[in-house]
Amino acid sequence: MTAGFLIASAFLASAVEFVEALTIVLAAGITRGWRSALAGLGAATLALAVIVAALGPALTLIPIDVLRLVVGAILVAFGLQWLRKAILRASGYKALHDEAEIFAREQAEARAAGNEERAGLDWYGFTLAFKGVLLEGLEVAFIVITFGSTQGSIGLAALGAGIALVLVAVVGVLVRGPLTRVPENTLKFSVGVMLTTFGIFWSAEGAGAHWPGDDASLPGVLAFVVLLSFGAVVTLRRRRVAFA
Amino acid sequence: MRRIRAFGMFWWDFVVGDDWRSAAGVAIALGVTAALVAAGVNAWWLMPAAVAAVLWLSLRRAAAG
Repeated sequence: MTAGFLIASAFLASAVEFVEALTIVLAAGITRGWRSALAGLGAATLALAVIVAALGPALTLIPIDVLRLVVGAILVAFGLQWLRKAILRASGYKALHDEAEIFAREQAEARAAGNEERAGLDWYGFTLAFKGVLLEGLEVAFIVITFGSTQGSIGLAALGAGIALVLVAVVGVLVRGPLTRVPENTLKFSVGVMLTTFGIFWSAEGAGAHWPGDDASLPGVLAFVVLLSFGAVVTLRRRRVAFA
Repeated sequence: MRRIRAFGMFWWDFVVGDDWRSAAGVAIALGVTAALVAAGVNAWWLMPAAVAAVLWLSLRRAAAG
């Protein structure tokens, strides 16, 4: 797999999660004050950095075939979840993810919450930002660790995630609102395709199979998953129209 | 105990999600791939086929429900 492929995968997956985290931090900051929201953001970022720094090197100690089997299996299961939701959204069976609606809901809940101060911080604002960033960030950490360790290059995967973080943060500061124009379903569709592709490739290798042409077969697997996914969208759309 | 359960539920939801049958299908397909490889068959083709079947069945269930 090329370095570009690895960086692009980590970038896309991370961008989706960072957009969702940004929505939560904005809701916390605007309604409960920026000091607490930014403290929550900083604490969660630190926790995520510790998780990546601790688990990343530990995973590289596991034999590569075992790692590929386990990581591949998890990635296929994980990727199928993303792909399934993205296909259902694209074919009209599930409502599209709406950042503006989520932002409004988070703001309403934050306004309704009581005031409690701890360590000089508004505790609701701090925990809202902390939990939001930690939960969304865990998916990023998971992807960076699994992609990076399986390919022996956590640095490149972290680079992709870092670029996404900077990009989303800069755009978030400029827009000062939820990033509603990000084509989130398209991004999620792409991430689902990539996770599933790498999962199929690595898990089969981990189980002892040899791909024809080794790494050169990866684009073939990618093309297969793309065709499969688009085929599913077209079929489900037709089915929906037929039953409407 | 509640925290351990919540931790377990988080990871279950994180990896398996709302369709455990898909995760089970993936695990079975990997087991069969390993068994075929042990029997001397280079079964690289099994995982793509299994993923196609698992995804389609999962989508059919979701669309029907």
